[in-house]
Amino acid sequence: MSTIKSLTGLIVSLVFLGCEKTTETPMDSSTLAPLSIEFDNIVGGYNLQLGTGVYKNDAGEEYTVDLLQYFISNVSFTKADGTVYTVPQDSSYFLIREGQAADRFANMKVPVGDYKSVRFTLGVDSVRSTLGIDKRKGVLDPSGGMESGMYWGWNSGYIFLKMEGTSASVPVDPSGQRKFRYHIGGFGGYNVQNINNIKVIDIDLQAGGVAKVRTGRAANIHLLVDIAKVFNGTTTVSLATHPSVMFSEYSRLVANNYQYMFVHDHTEN
Amino acid sequence: MHQIKWISGVLAGTMFLLVACEKQVSSVFQGFSAPREFPPVVYRLGANPVTEEGFELGRRLFYEPRFSRNNTISCGSCHIQSAGFTHHGHDVSHGIDDRLGHRNSPSLANLAWYSSFNWDGGIFDLDLFPISPITNPVEMDESVANIILKLKSHPEYPRLFKKAFGTEEINTGRVMKALSQFMVMLVSDQSRYDQVKRGQASFSATEQRGYALFQTHCNSCHAEPLFTDNSFRDNGIGIGPNQDSGRVAISLQPSDRFKFKVPTLRNLSFTAPYMHDGRMRTLDAALDHYAENMKATPNLDPLLKNGNQPGIPLTSEERSQLKAFLLTLNDTAFIKNPLFAE
Repeated sequence: MSTIKSLTGLIVSLVFLGCEKTTETPMDSSTLAPLSIEFDNIVGGYNLQLGTGVYKNDAGEEYTVDLLQYFISNVSFTKADGTVYTVPQDSSYFLIREGQAADRFANMKVPVGDYKSVRFTLGVDSVRSTLGIDKRKGVLDPSGGMESGMYWGWNSGYIFLKMEGTSASVPVDPSGQRKFRYHIGGFGGYNVQNINNIKVIDIDLQAGGVAKVRTGRAANIHLLVDIAKVFNGTTTVSLATHPSVMFSEYSRLVANNYQYMFVHDHTEN
Repeated sequence: MHQIKWISGVLAGTMFLLVACEKQVSSVFQGFSAPREFPPVVYRLGANPVTEEGFELGRRLFYEPRFSRNNTISCGSCHIQSAGFTHHGHDVSHGIDDRLGHRNSPSLANLAWYSSFNWDGGIFDLDLFPISPITNPVEMDESVANIILKLKSHPEYPRLFKKAFGTEEINTGRVMKALSQFMVMLVSDQSRYDQVKRGQASFSATEQRGYALFQTHCNSCHAEPLFTDNSFRDNGIGIGPNQDSGRVAISLQPSDRFKFKVPTLRNLSFTAPYMHDGRMRTLDAALDHYAENMKATPNLDPLLKNGNQPGIPLTSEERSQLKAFLLTLNDTAFIKNPLFAE
C-alpha cells in the first residue's frame, strides 16, 4: 500500500514537474505537435500534370513540365502575439518533388499554439551552402546524379529550383529534343561575390486560416504554388529565347518572378 | 686525431641526411605531416583526421573504376602517379566511352594547401571535389548515390569502411572523407629545390641564375614553395579552340573572362602538356610563350604587361637558365612513392 502511495506520489510529482518545466520553456520538445506545409503545385488555373498537361506562358508559348523540384528551408512560424518559433535548422530542409506524393509536404514539429504567419526560404541558405560534408545530410546529401540531383558539382552549390520540360517553341537540342531546362541556384558566392537567388517567403495565414497546432492533431497549411510564375511576372520569359537558364545573370530575373508563386489557400486544423 | 674526428663528423652528418631522406620517402604510412617550409594547411584536418585505415580506403577508392557508370574509369585513370597525377600526354582528358573533356587534367600535389579546385576554382572544399568528375557526363557519368550502392554490395568495402570509420555504413561523407585523406597525403616536397632550401643540396650555377630569374619574373604568381598563389589570371595564351572562358563561369564577372587558376610548377617534367587545355606540349613552348608569343588579351594580367609589348623579355640563354631551375622542381620520390600507387 505504502509502495503504491509513494509510487503515485512520484508519478504525480513527475507529471507536475513535467508540466512546470513545459510552462517555463514553451519550446520544450514535450509540447511539440505536428505541423505540415503542403506545396500543391499548379499552373495558373490548372493542376500541374507532369508530362501530359499543356500550358501556355505569357510569351504565348505552349509547354509541358516533366520535372519540378525545389528546396524549402529555414522555416519559422509566428504566433498572434508576435513570438516566433524557428524550426531547428538541421530539421528544416525539405525537397519538394512534384510526382512524389510524400514529397509535397514539409513535415515539422512545433510548439502548440495558433500561428498567424509562416516564413521560409526558397533555396538553401548561404551558410549551409558552405558547410562541410558532415552538415550535408538527408535532402542536402550531394549524391544525386545529373538528372534529379539538386547540386552543382562543378560550382559548389545547391540548385534551388529545377524545372524541365518540353516546348514546341524551343529549338531542337543536340539530343534531338525540344527541352527547356531551368536550374536556378546561386547563394551569393564563396570566395567571390556573385548571384544570390535565395528568396525568403513570408505568408500571412490569417485570411485563409491560422494554423492551430494541438497535441494529438496534425495541422496542415495548404499552399498553392503557381509555377507559371517562373515564366510570368516582372520579366516575361520566353522559352524560345531562353531554353536553358542555369548559373547566369538571367537566372536572377527568373528567381525574381517565381518568388511570388506561393499563395495560402487554406489550413486544415 | 683531428682528421678522424672531422671524418666521423661528416660520416655522422651523412648518415643523418640518409636517415632523414629515407624517412621522408618512406613507403610506410606515417600520417600527414606538413613540411616546415610550407604555409599553413588550408584543408580542415580537424574535421577529417588522416588515419592509416582511412588513407588506405581512400587510395583504394581513388583507383576504383566502379566510380564510373560502366566501371571503367577511376580517379587514377586521368590522374596517373608517374605523370605527377596528371593525364600525361593528353591535351584534354578522355573519360568514359572515350568522351573528350575540355580541360587538361591538373596535377594532384599538395592539395591540402589549395583554397579552390579545378581550373576555374568552382569548388571550394576538397571534400566536395570528387562530385564534379563523378557526375560529369564526359568523365565518369555516375552519381555518388549509385557508387554507394555498388560499394555496399561489394564483398570487401563494408569491412574497409568499418576499419576506417568504425561501422560498415557507407555514405557520401565517408566516401569523400576517405578520398580526401588519400589526396591530402599527396605531398610533393622532395624535389632538389626542396633539398636546396633545407641545405641538403645546392643549385648549379645555371640553376642559380635561373632561380634569380624566376624570383624576378615568375614568383609573384607561381609563389614558392607551392609554386602557385591560388589566384586566377589571364596569361595571354589567347582563346582556345573550345572557347573555354574560365573563371567567369564561376564568378560571372566579365573581368574574369579567360582567367584560369595559376597551376603549380612542381613536377613539370612529368606533367606535360601544359596550360588549361594542354595546348603547349613542351616546356620550351611554354617559356617561348611568356617570352615572345603572348597575346594582348583584354584581361591580360597586369604583371605580364611590359609597356605596350605583352610578355616577359627573356633571352634564349635566360630561358635555358630558367628551364634549368624549373627542372629542379621535379620530385621523383613523389611520383615513385609506392604508398600512393594503385
